[in-house]
Amino acid sequence: MSTDHAPIIQMKNIEKHFGSVIALAGVSLDIFPGECHCLLGDNGAGKSTFIKTMSGVHKPTHGDILFEGKPMHFADPRDAIVAGIATVYQDLAMIPLMSVSRNFFMGNEPLRSFGPFRLFDHEHANRVTMSEMQKMGISLRGPDQAVGTLSGGERQTVAIARAVHFGAKVLILDEPTSALGVRQTANVLATIDKVRRQGIAVVFITHNVRHAMAVGDRFTVLNRGKTLGTAQRGQITPEELQDLMAGGEELVALEGSLGGTV
Amino acid sequence: MPEAAIAPTADERIKETSRLRKALIRPELGGICGTIIVFTLFLIFAGDSGMFNSQGVMNWSIVSAQFMIIAVGACMLMIAGEFDLSVGSMIGFAGMMIAIFTVTLEWPVWQGILATFVLCMAFGALNGIIVVRTGLPSFIVTLATLFILRGLTIYLPQVIERRTIIGGIDDAAVGDWLAPLFGGKILRGLFQWLGENEWIATFQRGNRMGEPVIDGIPMLIVWAIVLVIFGHIVLTRTRFGNWIFASGGDAQAARYTGVPVNRVKVLMFIFTAFCATVFAACQVMEFGSAGADRGILKEFEAIIAVVIGGALLTGGYGSVIGAALGALIFGVVQQGLFFANVESSLFRVFLGVILLFAVILNTYIRRMITGER
Repeated sequence: MSTDHAPIIQMKNIEKHFGSVIALAGVSLDIFPGECHCLLGDNGAGKSTFIKTMSGVHKPTHGDILFEGKPMHFADPRDAIVAGIATVYQDLAMIPLMSVSRNFFMGNEPLRSFGPFRLFDHEHANRVTMSEMQKMGISLRGPDQAVGTLSGGERQTVAIARAVHFGAKVLILDEPTSALGVRQTANVLATIDKVRRQGIAVVFITHNVRHAMAVGDRFTVLNRGKTLGTAQRGQITPEELQDLMAGGEELVALEGSLGGTV
Repeated sequence: MPEAAIAPTADERIKETSRLRKALIRPELGGICGTIIVFTLFLIFAGDSGMFNSQGVMNWSIVSAQFMIIAVGACMLMIAGEFDLSVGSMIGFAGMMIAIFTVTLEWPVWQGILATFVLCMAFGALNGIIVVRTGLPSFIVTLATLFILRGLTIYLPQVIERRTIIGGIDDAAVGDWLAPLFGGKILRGLFQWLGENEWIATFQRGNRMGEPVIDGIPMLIVWAIVLVIFGHIVLTRTRFGNWIFASGGDAQAARYTGVPVNRVKVLMFIFTAFCATVFAACQVMEFGSAGADRGILKEFEAIIAVVIGGALLTGGYGSVIGAALGALIFGVVQQGLFFANVESSLFRVFLGVILLFAVILNTYIRRMITGER
């Protein structure tokens, strides 16, 4: 494997136990720069626990995380962000009462010296926010527009643009499309495609096979805390993915009774 | 990138918002309207009662400044998403500790004041740490502190001095270097000069004949102005201010972007305690005594001033300037009713009514901002 194609993150045999519950029972995954890696699984499959381990929220009980080939031990999400792993959570991406520009720079406020004081550089923040939103195709009334006035898809896009602007190498998206309408979903998927082309690794969590097939390069299915394997694009059909997610036979039987509509 | 490229393309579904509507969506709106209404009313009904001569102005300015000092702390804490119900008790406790340190223990006044600041800010930190560690509502935690501190404020002087009011602090403060920072007045020279030129009222007889009636700006007012400016700049112009809004707006979302939410909240509890101690120190230096019943209900008055000033009770939104206007409305109405010869108990009725109006207005403004329906 050439150095260009070295994985940016290697998750090796990750186990996570919460008391007597085994949420992850040895999950391994490699993520490469510039790929969109879809992580699929039904509710309770361990997707959330897995990405929280990757983004520093949880510490794995067993297993190793290699980031750019070196072992990483994240103490908290801040460490992961500094290393270049950004996570966009479904509902918790933005603060509705704050302006787009304040949200965009939340935690990364630009500063300007004013005598002995260091003040928030609103001018810079507003300018950057407007141009970044323009690039992502969102028209704002102004940088002081409250995030609460944006649609769900626009909020996801702002959050993605924010992560990319602040140098994310790995972007983890936690079900970004699950609460969106058709058009908004298409916008978010197009944004994912743009981000991938910039050489950023995207980890796209979803339980919608069609959304995954639309942008995914590789697909990993989680079921009951274990991986059921990783497939390349073109090696697997949507139906096979759907079956894997549901754990095989049961859904086949269920699907039969529903006339193949699931 | 050239300006033209940055300009957003218009979305046909977004209605043009008028400048007026945009101006209306400000946290200070309620405070500005209230201030105009209150001043208009009292100019009409109490304009010739002496409320607006130099003494009258000084009278309600001092009362407003008292409210402002505690409102600044309460405002920033509320924007950070928490309450402090122990402010009133903290005022009583701080005053009593200054008295015990300086009168009973006969420490120098500066030492007593500094020790009190450290002690009270430690209590503020304790409030904050308990709230962020346990995740309990700050309402309950600080309600407990309210009773603990008030109880201590009554118990300590009874055990130590066998009374509930300790006086003699003014005598102890003579010649102290720190005491004038809370009990002194500034611009005495200016007022002397204004008096000599007969631009302001002077005493016409008695042993102070020729001296101006208002002989300086009390430090209480200076503290209020300094704290309001400080709070406003921190909140709107600094990185920490953005963290305050973020912590109150959505603590979890803020944590995910790396904002140290717990530290922000604890610091705001400490700042609230600091403001309460400033209030107490000014009051003790002015009266020369500390009483066990000082500061009762002040926490609610501070919170009401903040809400009139446009802050949301749920956090994440508000303005220090708004809170200062809320405090001004308070001071003007409380003293104005006296000047207008209205029964002063009606002040409470006014409080309740204006609080209700403010909360309803705030909810409406919040819907306008976030586009909720």
